[in-house]
Amino acid sequence: MPALQLEGLARHYGEREALSDVSLTLQEGQTLVVFGPNGAGKSTLLRVLSTLLRPHAGRVQVLGCSLPDEAWSARGRLGLLGHEPLLYRELTARENLRYHASLHRVPQERVERVIEGVAMSGREDEPLRTLSRGMVQRVAIARAVLHEPELLLLDEPHSNLDPAGIELVSPLIGPASGRTRVICSHDPEAGLAGADLVLGLRSGRTALLLPVGEVTAGAIRELYR
Amino acid sequence: MRRTVGALLRKELLVELRTFESVPGMSLFAVTTFVVFHFALNRSSVEGDLAAGILWVTLLFAAILGANRLFVADADQGGFDGFLLAPVDRSAMMVAKVLTMLAYLVVLELVAVPAFAILLLGPPLGPALPQLIAVLALGDIGIAVIGTLVGALAVQTRARDLLGPLLALPLLVPIVIGGARATAPLLAFSHAGGVPARWLLTLGLYDLIFGLIAYALFDFLLED
Amino acid sequence: MYGKGLRSLSIVTVAAMALALSLVFFYAPLEAEQGFLQKIFYIHVPLAIIALCGFVVGALFAIAHLRTRDSSWDMRSYVTIHMSLIFAVGALITGSIWAKGSWGHWWVWNEPTLVSFLIVFLLYATYQPLRFAIEDPERQSRYASVFAITAGAFVPMNFIAVRLSTAYLHPRVLGGTSNLPGSMRLTFMVSLAAVTLLFVTMCKYELTAKHTRAQVRALRRRLVGEDGSPARRGRTAVPAVGTQAAGRSGL
Repeated sequence: MPALQLEGLARHYGEREALSDVSLTLQEGQTLVVFGPNGAGKSTLLRVLSTLLRPHAGRVQVLGCSLPDEAWSARGRLGLLGHEPLLYRELTARENLRYHASLHRVPQERVERVIEGVAMSGREDEPLRTLSRGMVQRVAIARAVLHEPELLLLDEPHSNLDPAGIELVSPLIGPASGRTRVICSHDPEAGLAGADLVLGLRSGRTALLLPVGEVTAGAIRELYR
Repeated sequence: MRRTVGALLRKELLVELRTFESVPGMSLFAVTTFVVFHFALNRSSVEGDLAAGILWVTLLFAAILGANRLFVADADQGGFDGFLLAPVDRSAMMVAKVLTMLAYLVVLELVAVPAFAILLLGPPLGPALPQLIAVLALGDIGIAVIGTLVGALAVQTRARDLLGPLLALPLLVPIVIGGARATAPLLAFSHAGGVPARWLLTLGLYDLIFGLIAYALFDFLLED
Repeated sequence: MYGKGLRSLSIVTVAAMALALSLVFFYAPLEAEQGFLQKIFYIHVPLAIIALCGFVVGALFAIAHLRTRDSSWDMRSYVTIHMSLIFAVGALITGSIWAKGSWGHWWVWNEPTLVSFLIVFLLYATYQPLRFAIEDPERQSRYASVFAITAGAFVPMNFIAVRLSTAYLHPRVLGGTSNLPGSMRLTFMVSLAAVTLLFVTMCKYELTAKHTRAQVRALRRRLVGEDGSPARRGRTAVPAVGTQAAGRSGL
């Protein structure tokens, strides 16, 4: 059973089409990378897949659950890393993660392990607003993988991370994690590495949908023209 | 459901204890308002209808201040999304917020009612206190429900600080009517017996109807 | 889609209003105490009743919108509430004139119906600002529906509470409509029917106008492309008509 199956997915914003006729299939363990200029619909696509937005037309199956009717079953099995860290600035990393752990029914020991995994180096008990953006991004990644989701939805996951940080989170959200991944990226070269399927969006429509072998960085850059 | 509400409540209280954004402001506002009333009405001692009116209006406006802040942290820091991604019953958020608002109101009244008794109230408060607590409790539930519903509505709009009170005040008029009318005999020099049951019924009916409506409609405010 | 039967409806409305006005001025007897001024009752009470019914109908449309997610229900809800608000202003003004004529005051607090009406008016006056303050059209419709349902439930609750607070203390000023002599009752019923028709016709007009405008925009976009006719000029409180229009006709 494919991890993702989209047929003619559409989502409008008032009278404007945010996503139009998007179709693709993604198998378990594969990685889909989405490229496109700003406003192309990348974040909208991710939010629809994460069940935060309902599709307005078309068939959407995420992890075997059809949206929006079976969204409830899919929810605990996917992890979203968006532009916002989805964390409370006044609370510490540990408090934020403990809160999400109790929402997802995850045991507290897992919180400790994940904190170690992102190497907070002793700053896990300071309010998030005192931390650098790179640190906050690490906590956000921790939040996204806390409940060991089968599907990862990542919107520019490496933003604000230095190379050490990128290496650090690689076992959690990188190809080595073994999870099915959908990644939005602006970097043609780095984005293609680790991808299995490439989707290019422009104005909500599919401009390009090819396995990674048939796509060049140049073709990606054309999208942004 | 209960566990989710518990987790949400813990988070709410943690954030409030960290920032003190709501409760101290509400309480201080109430005390200051009593002082303003003293000068505005040119009275040192009030009783009966006037006392009940001052008390309820002050509590109402302080409550609206608190209700305005109720969802701001969630809206601005992605708290809604974080909650919506979890496999939980979404009504838990409404329950947790109403309970949070109730907690704020209780603390507010623990400060405001004694302050009122000291600053402005003529008759002694002691004998009427149990009944006053009952009336306040019923009123608080209504205020908490409407405050939560309106807070959630207003927080996603552009003029959130203005729309909140604008929406809440007309909706809370029945609470003011029931609360003030019920409280007036309690704050009079001649304690004319107890609270007429009619007002307790009004408050109770209001709480029930709007509690159910808010519970049914809240999900629609969260989803997209 | 909404425009079916609009012409015949308009004709019937005009006829009904003409009939009502002639009855009011030439048929209904002069009331003993208040004289000619009492005739304002024939416009004031129907306006009030229709406005209240309109608010409740708006709430029902809002429930339909939340259940079916069809934006045409939201459009109907918006227009109904909008029109009811206008009729409510009319009811308040005519009520105030009546109060001034009968009792010498522009406003009386001991008439519970009028007071409840004022509160309801103040509540619904926030409907349009609420809509205007939400940019996302989907969210705007949904939040407006939640508000409409809450406010619709509030109307009866409010009337009960205000009625309780004024009862036993003051006599009713404007009096009830239950025991009217025959000729007055007939005039009243015709007035009520005429105002109802006026309400329905004006709602239909507004629905048709908005729907047509949205269709023109959609056509222009298809001809000229996305940039030819931007979907919306800035922010608006008016609900967006979906590009896939529903098929039901009429209100």
